[in-house]
Amino acid sequence: MNATAMAERVRRGETSARFLAEESLRAIRARNEELNVFLHVDEHGAMAAAARVDDAIARGEDPGRLAGVPIALKDNLCQVGVPTTCSSRILEGWRPPYSATVVERLLDAGAVPMGKTNLDEFAMGSSTETSAFGPTRNPLDPTRVPGGSSGGSAAAVAAGMTPLALGSDTGGSIRQPAALCGIVGVKPTYGLVSRYGLIAFASSLDQIGPFATSVADAALLLEVIAGHDPMDSTSLPEPAPSLVAHLDDGVAGRRIGLVRELIEGADAEIVTAVERAASVLEAAGATVVELSIPELRLGLSAYYLIAPAEASSNLARYDGVRYGLRVTDEDVTAMNEATRTAGFGAEVKRRIMLGTYALSAGYYDAYYGQALKVRTQMRDAFKRAYRDVDTLLGATTPSVAFTFGSKTNDPMAMYLSDVFTIPTNLAGEAALSVPFGRGEADLPTGVQLLGPGRSEARLLAAAKVLEDVERGS
Amino acid sequence: MTLPEGWEMVVGLEVHTELRTATKMFCGCANVFGAEANTNVCPVCLGLPGSLPVLNERAVSMAMAIGMALHATIAPSTFHRKNYFYPDMPKDFQISQYDLPINSGGYLDLPDGSRVRIERAHLEEDTGKSTHLGASGRIHGADRSLVDYNRSGVPLVEIVSGPDIRSAAQARLYASELRAVLIATGASDGRMEEGSMRIDANVSVRRNGEPFGTRCEIKNLNSLRSLQRAIEFEAQRQVELLEGGGVVRQETRHWDETVGATSTMRVKEEAEDYRYFREPDLVDLAPDAAWQQRVADELGPMPAERRAAVVGLLGEPSDAQRDAIDVVIDLGLERFVHATHAAGGDVAVALARVANELAAAEDVSKLTEAAFVATIALESSGQLSATQAKTVLADLIASGGEPREVAAARGFEQLSADSLGDIVAALIAANPDEWSRFRDGDDKLAQFFVGLVMRETKGRANGKAVIAELHARR
Amino acid sequence: MSGLTRTEVAHVARLARLRLSDEELDLFTVQLARILDHAADMQSLDLAGVVATAHPYDLINVVREDVVRPSLDRDVVLAAAPDAEDGCFAVPRIMGEEL
Ligand SMILES: [Mg+2]
Ligand SMILES: [Zn+2]
Repeated sequence: MNATAMAERVRRGETSARFLAEESLRAIRARNEELNVFLHVDEHGAMAAAARVDDAIARGEDPGRLAGVPIALKDNLCQVGVPTTCSSRILEGWRPPYSATVVERLLDAGAVPMGKTNLDEFAMGSSTETSAFGPTRNPLDPTRVPGGSSGGSAAAVAAGMTPLALGSDTGGSIRQPAALCGIVGVKPTYGLVSRYGLIAFASSLDQIGPFATSVADAALLLEVIAGHDPMDSTSLPEPAPSLVAHLDDGVAGRRIGLVRELIEGADAEIVTAVERAASVLEAAGATVVELSIPELRLGLSAYYLIAPAEASSNLARYDGVRYGLRVTDEDVTAMNEATRTAGFGAEVKRRIMLGTYALSAGYYDAYYGQALKVRTQMRDAFKRAYRDVDTLLGATTPSVAFTFGSKTNDPMAMYLSDVFTIPTNLAGEAALSVPFGRGEADLPTGVQLLGPGRSEARLLAAAKVLEDVERGS
Repeated sequence: MTLPEGWEMVVGLEVHTELRTATKMFCGCANVFGAEANTNVCPVCLGLPGSLPVLNERAVSMAMAIGMALHATIAPSTFHRKNYFYPDMPKDFQISQYDLPINSGGYLDLPDGSRVRIERAHLEEDTGKSTHLGASGRIHGADRSLVDYNRSGVPLVEIVSGPDIRSAAQARLYASELRAVLIATGASDGRMEEGSMRIDANVSVRRNGEPFGTRCEIKNLNSLRSLQRAIEFEAQRQVELLEGGGVVRQETRHWDETVGATSTMRVKEEAEDYRYFREPDLVDLAPDAAWQQRVADELGPMPAERRAAVVGLLGEPSDAQRDAIDVVIDLGLERFVHATHAAGGDVAVALARVANELAAAEDVSKLTEAAFVATIALESSGQLSATQAKTVLADLIASGGEPREVAAARGFEQLSADSLGDIVAALIAANPDEWSRFRDGDDKLAQFFVGLVMRETKGRANGKAVIAELHARR
Repeated sequence: MSGLTRTEVAHVARLARLRLSDEELDLFTVQLARILDHAADMQSLDLAGVVATAHPYDLINVVREDVVRPSLDRDVVLAAAPDAEDGCFAVPRIMGEEL
């Protein structure tokens, strides 16, 4: 059952939030050991939240738009009292004394957070293999990765454990696992969703967004979590956009650009899926043009300097003084080093080192400074493209879900799996991935729709056109 | 103490002042001194994972007020992260302003007529505070430290002077004038003993006419006296070193007040690498003309101007009166002196009372200017003794009211006029020998009678009034 | 080629408060050099006149009112600390001083 239907049934009293929470717990128990999706199942908190919804209904109060809908939270989102690790030994056992704004909004809307899902350590990775607590397996083929870094959240939805999940997308960490798990994932416009309580990886790129089994569910969840938050200075000063109301707007009259750089190097089946998506959109009334945005090719280089630079600073606070792991040593500096050396995994260390180097005296201009200028060019290039078309179309990933260990020995190979998703983060714009087509081993492929800032309603409506065709409805 | 012939010191000061906002720079925790450890902390000022800063509007207004008072240019500015590990700093970076500070350029004129340029006055956040346990309590030798983050995130403005200062005395004068200016803007309480104003001094020496020498930075000077002594010592040390054929190493030094010497704290082996970059969690700051105007409208006259106005009332003030004027200006209490002058009262007495009795009070809001002026008038006319006047002022400060009523409630007024005459008459009658000697011109005996009156009245009489009474009867 | 050296990597590790074994130092030097080499495509561009973008959007003057909000309970805060004493976070001795 999808989230929209669930909330409707709960609101009408046809089912209870407690029942749905128990069903979700059953589904989690059935496969969590095999798939390693949840790092922490908050059974007690979930049942309490469900009870509050049922009680509200019993009192005749409005239980909210997500009444009784179970949801999974990526374990880089703070929820008061619930263990939050970022899949890192350095935060193991930490229970935040506060909740992220998105978590507050979910609870206000009657959603039922079921627990915290696995991710690449501090969201640094594209396969969930860098988690200190073991990889998550793809529910569609457990010999393969679910993608990352929000692999746990994507797997929770794909495995039917929860109909909804939240992830975070810094360079593709929602869209890429959504594609690899055959579900919908949205990277909202930078600033649309508050980052307060999202444990930072790269602050100028991070955005929280929804995973769902349908476009409509993704739109509903995004409406609930979006809108201005005074606790986040980079939050857009405007209310949440209207998305659900525009789901059936279609694409008639739209101009959609099929971007050469967003399919080059992708597997043949994926290119085929994107081309088929283009014809479907055309058949639905859109004009599709092929275009090239060469600047997108520079995204990877800029991203792998900007994101690590910000991360090197964001992750400095894990020093063994105030929370999390401490490895004792003779003085504070030695304690900091011992703690960080023991607490961080190799990928996190690699990115901290890279970012520290990119910012350090003598290298700043050549690396970080240059990357920021490329970022400007990226934004300008997108802006130019959006003068001709209103939506861009491409692949989400170059391949379907890959097997474990196939890219772990070569960081650069792993980084390349984000090549199509990174430009959106650099530009601060909106994009989503919708399941469309099948690739190698009959695994799902994702098609990516991109638009300028605040174009979510348009992108979701276009995705709905593809979804309807794919489902034969 | 001066440097040997042919040598000159070059000093620049970096003054950190905490702003008197209600809350911290980036969160809603209270900005107060002296609270119990770690009680004014939240996810933001503890640097908890996921927390984000939001800028305090008042801190920006106060920074602009400081800039305006220092004739600086207010410009669009940005925040950067200054990255280094330090346990007092919860995020292990400090949010500060770097290449685009809110205030740049400007100057401060000192009472000796010299002018010191201001390079910049930027916003940044304070760190927490650690206490070092074990050994001597000093940082070296302690085996354990305890960290309190109440101060973490308190807004600071760092004011960087040009390298324009040429003597330790001038450095002190600069610091004290700057302190007065900061207090006058309302942005700072200037309490050096509480650490709300802290000074780092960059000191170098050179032979006259030569380029600047290598400088050493003396950290955390927390009184004007330490500042002057530390600079004096450091310049002498550098001259001796250079005259002995040595070289000055660029380093950070610590001033030990008890030993009276600076010592090496940290050698800059490799240039510091703070990896400054734009703070991505904050947006740019560009106060518009309307915001700047609001700040300008609230800014009163600066100490130099206010001081001159009080000096003008006194003509040629003594050194003690000049000190009193500084105190009165720092506390913003000169309105009482001006009111006394306007009413034709005794300005010198008023100044002394304000610099002492009023200055010692926590809060003088219950004392009206009219009540103060009336009290001074009662004292000048001899209706109240100095001691009585001080008591009346203390009562007025504590509870408000009218001085005559307060004096009456204290029983002071019974002694004036008739009753004093009766007492004096009785004492003259009881001491005829002393009275005749006084009448014959021995003025010293006036004090004898004053003493008797005081004993009789348990100290409530006004000495001047007694002497007037004696003279009237002579 | 970035020409990244082992010495530079060791220096960066010190700045980042990480200890690397000899093998890690070797491996990171190679891996980081590869990533930096990939960035050569970007470095060769002439972007002299281009403005840097640090923020995706051009908001300015986002401020909050100077109004006190509740702080956290100290017991909760210190319960998370690896070591606490006397209402404070306890740490081993501090060797230098900053600010
Ligand atoms: Mg500073
Ligand atoms: Zn706080």
